[in-house]
Amino acid sequence: MSAIPIIVGYGLREALRRKVFTVVLLLTAGFLFLYWLANHYLFRDLSHIGAPNGIDARGFAGATMFGLAMFATLFLGVVLAVFLTLGAVRGDAERGLLQPLVVRPIDRPTLLFARWLGAVTVCTPYVAGVYAAGMVITGLTGHWWPDHIVVPAIELAAGVALIAALSLLGSVFLTATANGIAIFMVFGAGLVAGLLGTIGHGLNSPTLKHAAVVAAYIVPFEALYQDALHEITATTTGLTGFLLELGPFGGAFIHGTGVRLWSIAYIVVVGLVAALAFSRRDL
Amino acid sequence: MTAALTARGLEKRYGSTVALGGVDLEVGEGELVGLLGPNGAGKSTLVKIACGLVRPTRGEAVVGGARAGSRDAKRRLGYLAELFRFPGWYSADELLDLHQRLAGSSGGLQERTELLELVGLGEARDRRVEQMSKGMQQRLGLAQALVGSPPLLLLDEPTSALDPVGRRTVRLLLEELQKRGTSVLLNSHLLSEVELVCDRVLILLRGKVVTQGSPAQLSRPRGIEIETDEGTALHEGTREDVPRLVAELVAAGRQVYGVRVLTSTLEDTYLEAVGGETS
Repeated sequence: MSAIPIIVGYGLREALRRKVFTVVLLLTAGFLFLYWLANHYLFRDLSHIGAPNGIDARGFAGATMFGLAMFATLFLGVVLAVFLTLGAVRGDAERGLLQPLVVRPIDRPTLLFARWLGAVTVCTPYVAGVYAAGMVITGLTGHWWPDHIVVPAIELAAGVALIAALSLLGSVFLTATANGIAIFMVFGAGLVAGLLGTIGHGLNSPTLKHAAVVAAYIVPFEALYQDALHEITATTTGLTGFLLELGPFGGAFIHGTGVRLWSIAYIVVVGLVAALAFSRRDL
Repeated sequence: MTAALTARGLEKRYGSTVALGGVDLEVGEGELVGLLGPNGAGKSTLVKIACGLVRPTRGEAVVGGARAGSRDAKRRLGYLAELFRFPGWYSADELLDLHQRLAGSSGGLQERTELLELVGLGEARDRRVEQMSKGMQQRLGLAQALVGSPPLLLLDEPTSALDPVGRRTVRLLLEELQKRGTSVLLNSHLLSEVELVCDRVLILLRGKVVTQGSPAQLSRPRGIEIETDEGTALHEGTREDVPRLVAELVAAGRQVYGVRVLTSTLEDTYLEAVGGETS
């Protein structure tokens, strides 16, 4: 019998016992309630707002709110992924939990892959669920629906899977606390890259725009988020479309197949480096 | 016949610190070998290399013909770490079930029951690890190491958290394993324990083997103490000299009340070998 499902189950049970799910579900419930409240008041008052000529007020408000929800979805997914993986190697080795597993006839890369798969198995449906809930809230309260539904959800989930891979790589070298801090700093760097791009586009600065693109490729979960933002208003044109490029947390400037392929390659490379480093690590 | 464990020129360096400086070792089939040495002598490093947790800087370790750390090698061994922890939410039975699945053991419930009985945890099969004493967890660790009946057992301080009754349980278990033909490499600070159960003993000092042999070989004769009507006197000689010495004393008109053959203990040999070193 393959060891992968056994280790996946082990990791999930560990997370369940550490109350990771409880914390994240409480955060999610709080977020979704506040998000519904914000949508309720925003769209109730929308008819009283005199939008400038050329602006579709409902489309602009709906896309901006849902873009915000997508950022929150990504953030909550990242919290879950990081808490599921931050101590997978060095943290567990220091606590003496890892050694009894590693001496079993399982390759270390398989063990690491199983931990990643376990995190992705939880995070992917979670991200899809929160994304769908946000979309339904905006759709039912504001009567606005994204242009594309499935691709942005997949991209957000992929962004979280990428963070889980980075967190596992970090766990080979860093203690659990240090790794958690490092990964959230990397996530913050992605956010800054997005904001940098927004400023660059606002000021029409090629240097800033170029720096933002490079940074987004270095941390591709940001590029995936931007592509997902682009997808929800892919067919929106005119002034509304232009303004929506300046999203709530960074714009939607990077998009296309290249970003997606790069993200897949990035996960593979991070996984290989983590597997190699783990294989060479003394426990 | 393939040895259960072979180490050739095993070296391990951590930066400028030499943990192992070229160790040769062989544990035969069914042999129980004890590793002794002060803290930092390299005992745990040697055991960790054998089970694939640590990579040697030079040399090689082979488990039953397979390179240490490989899947084949891991299939042939059970390991109890010096410092280990099991997830607290597992019951004893669930933990053994997890390790059965990881080890590919088909023993099922019967094996789990036997192992728990063997380490004296038959009544605690449904108790969670977090509700167990340190000693019980250590015994559960031993049961875990025995999952799948591995031909080689690597035990790193298996009795460190046990009370005298627990230690006796482990000693009896080791004797039982010996009868079954299981090879054991036992790393321990308890000289009396090693002396009682091991076929052979290696003493490590600063990463090198300084002395080895059977406990009997390492316990050298120190003379014969004979109590007569003139008092107690120490005579030179070994056990074989006792009849002659007693006969001579009786012939000389002495009344012999008691005879004791004195040998140095393993502790004496150990202290001599390590020169009183500790860390």
